[in-house]
Amino acid sequence: MTKIRGNAASVSFEHVVKTYPGVSTPAVDDVSFAIEAGKLVTLLGPSGCGKTTTLRMIAGLEMPTSGRILIGGGDVTQLPATERDVSMVFQSYALFPHMTVMENVGYGLKFSGYSKAEATVRARAGLELVGLSGYEERLPSELSGGQQQRVAVARALVLEPQVLLFDEPLSNLDAKLRRQVREEIRDIQTKLGLTVVYVTHDQEEALAVSDRIIVMNKAVIAQDGSPRELYDAPASAFVADFIGEANVLSCKVESVSGQVAKVSVGPISITTPARGHQSGPAKLAIRPNRIAISPAGTKNSLPGTVGKATYVGSHMEYVVETASGSLFVVSPDVGAVHEPGQAIGLVFPAGGPVLVD
Amino acid sequence: MRVESAVSRLHPTVVLWLAVGWVGYAVLPWYGVDGNFFSFFWLGEGYPFEEDVAPALFLVAQGLKLWLAPLAILLLLPLLAWGRRKNDPFFGKLLIAVGALGLAWMLFQGFGIGLRGWRFGWLTMLFGELEDRQFGMGYGALLTACAFLFLFTLGLAARGAVGGDVFVVGSIGFVVAIVALFVFMPILQMLANALLTPDGVYSFSAFAGKFLSAKLWSLDCLVGGRRCGVAWNSLFLAILVGILSTLLGLAFALVATRTGFRFRRLLRALTVLPIITPAFVIGLAVILLFGLSGAFTQLSATVFGTQPTRWVYGLPGLLIAQTLAFTPVAFLVLIGVVEGVSPSMEEAAQTLRAGRWQTFLTVTLPLMRPGLANAFLLGFIESMADFGNPLVLGGNFDVLSTEIFFAIVGAQNDPALAAILAIVLLFFTLAAFYAQRFWLGRRSYTTMSGKGDAGVHARLPTSLRYALYGIVGFWVALTVVVYATIVYGSFVTLWGVDQSLTLKHYHQAFDVGWNEFGLHWRGSAWGSFWTTIIIALVSAPLTAAVGLLTAYLLARQNFAGKNAFEFGTMLSFAIPGTVIGVSYVIAFNVPPIELTGTGIILVLSFIFRNMPVGVRAGIASMSQIDRSLDESSLTLGASSWQTFRRIVLPLLRPAIVAALVYSFVRAMTAISAIIFLVSGRYDMATSYIVGRVENNEYGIAIAYSTVLIVVMLAVIGLMQLLVGSRRIGRRVSNAPGGQTAIAGAG
Repeated sequence: MTKIRGNAASVSFEHVVKTYPGVSTPAVDDVSFAIEAGKLVTLLGPSGCGKTTTLRMIAGLEMPTSGRILIGGGDVTQLPATERDVSMVFQSYALFPHMTVMENVGYGLKFSGYSKAEATVRARAGLELVGLSGYEERLPSELSGGQQQRVAVARALVLEPQVLLFDEPLSNLDAKLRRQVREEIRDIQTKLGLTVVYVTHDQEEALAVSDRIIVMNKAVIAQDGSPRELYDAPASAFVADFIGEANVLSCKVESVSGQVAKVSVGPISITTPARGHQSGPAKLAIRPNRIAISPAGTKNSLPGTVGKATYVGSHMEYVVETASGSLFVVSPDVGAVHEPGQAIGLVFPAGGPVLVD
Repeated sequence: MRVESAVSRLHPTVVLWLAVGWVGYAVLPWYGVDGNFFSFFWLGEGYPFEEDVAPALFLVAQGLKLWLAPLAILLLLPLLAWGRRKNDPFFGKLLIAVGALGLAWMLFQGFGIGLRGWRFGWLTMLFGELEDRQFGMGYGALLTACAFLFLFTLGLAARGAVGGDVFVVGSIGFVVAIVALFVFMPILQMLANALLTPDGVYSFSAFAGKFLSAKLWSLDCLVGGRRCGVAWNSLFLAILVGILSTLLGLAFALVATRTGFRFRRLLRALTVLPIITPAFVIGLAVILLFGLSGAFTQLSATVFGTQPTRWVYGLPGLLIAQTLAFTPVAFLVLIGVVEGVSPSMEEAAQTLRAGRWQTFLTVTLPLMRPGLANAFLLGFIESMADFGNPLVLGGNFDVLSTEIFFAIVGAQNDPALAAILAIVLLFFTLAAFYAQRFWLGRRSYTTMSGKGDAGVHARLPTSLRYALYGIVGFWVALTVVVYATIVYGSFVTLWGVDQSLTLKHYHQAFDVGWNEFGLHWRGSAWGSFWTTIIIALVSAPLTAAVGLLTAYLLARQNFAGKNAFEFGTMLSFAIPGTVIGVSYVIAFNVPPIELTGTGIILVLSFIFRNMPVGVRAGIASMSQIDRSLDESSLTLGASSWQTFRRIVLPLLRPAIVAALVYSFVRAMTAISAIIFLVSGRYDMATSYIVGRVENNEYGIAIAYSTVLIVVMLAVIGLMQLLVGSRRIGRRVSNAPGGQTAIAGAG
């Protein structure tokens, strides 16, 4: 039985700029990154941030205005899509409506030098991999959305591409199916050791599937790191707010000694990694679940009043009004509920607050 | 894993075009040989040494036509690309230089040397008198020119033009070259010739005088005068015909696709009838029905005692005849568009609480805007360019196309006036073209997404449905009467004088007998009949191919100069056949391209006259197919050519059928351009029929028309079977009962 194998290669962008004709601001502005072979990397960002343009440039569907693109170490900047060893799963799936499932999956194999018999075997293997054996003779219009999506994945996989691209693959699926398909994609990726570049605007999806996330905003990279780095140490208020939720507070850096900064927020003072910040006004990002609620008057706590308390089953959600603004706080303690109007103190544990740009 | 193409020392495409170039240069006769393009008798005429049939290489080797020698050097130069990759800058630059120089040199020697030696004084000064003359180019020159053209485009692609796509750049180059050669060059030559006064000098004042004359622009008829200017007549008629034929075409398309009407398949067949009829035959039938001695006129005179008048000659008759003739064109355009509107859009509207009327008015109709605009444009331009009906039915209502004809052929023999009238005509048609673009704007009308489209079309509101039945029913009845008149008329001895039935017209035209050589085509019409069939069969697939290729480039590719490209490919449509005919005679009567009197010139005129219809049908259908389908094919490793062949073409089947049918039919029924281009050897059916009409042999003319209609019906049926229809969804609306239901798997 023929097995679909991985054929992973690295991808790198070197100072890539893409300006569409007739548009003054570039869609992608001096973007550089390197994606290791065999990793799943997500391009994450709000719509219009340039992530899809970046993906299409990897595919060869758009040509950069300047800069270089390398796949597997080779310069592919001028190569059209046909000549790149890259497959893509489209947001709309782009299944050919006039071909059966089998013809769709075998389509790319036909142009890759496989004999007819071999192509059939491979296409079947691909369908088996996505769990669609037995659907060979269906037309795309006779499949459900999830099935269509899997055909699109199989069609891209059977070519054993150096890089596999996903353009918001889950956006047309219902929520339950999303989690399942996302796990399937991740399983296949790890099993075959594929290099996958994945575009999404859903941060939860990105955190769940990625080895690494490249957050884009306004045509440039906002931050590039592992899901944990992005979550725990966002570089900017934008990233902090886009990845998960974050409270962003104004603060003052009192002093910096070495890598550690002494920061004051209202009456309290904390120490946190300096991350290149100098003394002066700054911004502090704190995750809602990294804030501890303690009785009012606790030492080194930010005094506040509970504005809103919501029970959501697994945890409590509070909105707490303080002198520094209203903060969103998540507490795992569903037993001792703080009622609205109650005076409390907010404690920022070490490692919780992060200085951001 | 994608298999790397074998590493070759020389790029395979370069090898291909070099081989073609050398075959053209060293194997095939360089100059045109007498006789059929496809005959090979020249092999026995002293080939390869005899001057008339020698390849260029042998000519040069014998010391003849030395100006062809540089081409040999240019055909050797691409070997310098040996061992270089396509993305090597030298590779691209070399091929661009070779291709451009080769083409430039071929043009230079082609136009620099005329029938009497050098064409320009400075060449004589430079090289002295030339004892030789130019001959028409032949296969050899054709292949060599192709080789240079495609080496040039390969070079451009290698330098990164249009994303480095060889197929797309080559296609653009090909279309640009043929349009320049067979549309722009003849028109420019004609305009240049025609701006001359009879004394042979260029005169702007003479031009202005004719251009601003009252004959063209007078508005007398609005203030009670006798008649309006020719330009206003044409414009007014064309707008009316455009609107009427679009509305009727839409009615037909809706009835055929959106109702449970039982005979809708029959309807499709019926609406094709008027296009397969030479336009002037409908004009003739209208005269037979409504003319002074027409059937209806006589009937009304007998029953109501009305005085027979000549009311039908002029605007009313032209309106009836042209609307009858062009409604099916609108129908063909609109049926694809009506079918292409995604059912899920309509279903979405219905679930948003829109009723049937609201769905139709707010979703279905707006989504058809590109189709409606196209249909109007076609009707408008067809009416502007129609020549047969105004000739037969026009009366005192003069229009531009016939005026052009009489300016050149008639007693005035004033090519300058013809050119000026042509400019006015061109202005109107181009204005319509831009008005359409403006109306459509930048809105997207993509409705067929990459996901297989499930669902069924919304049913029409009941009141609308019955209104449509009424309109379509009336029009079908009128069509049936017109055709019955034609068929019946072919059996009548002499219409209006001797109504007795006879077969003599058919005997005269299509008699078949036996003689010692076997079957003998004795009838007088056979010669032109077979010529017409062959020319039409040759030109239809070529027209469709060029048209759809152009549509693909326009709808799917972005490249510098795309607007100019679109303008160029659409231009030939805005030029009436009369002008094309005259310009072809002027341009292709002399070397370097000598085609008058051949069948090739007929085929070429058909290709460039009818190509825009294929282009428009292709663009309209392609704008309904989501781009991600193409892109997905490209990322799966298919080249743009393979994508075109396997994804775009199969999804375009309705447009292909339309283009094939239309170009075949037009080739069989066209008259305006043909009347200038036919020759004794290549006479066409329509010009033969017009000849009979001029001799007052109406019987033969109508009998011949009937035979043409039957033959075209058969051919169209065959094409429809061969191409088949688009298979995408398997869900069907169950037709009877008026209830919408969905069948098929979920």
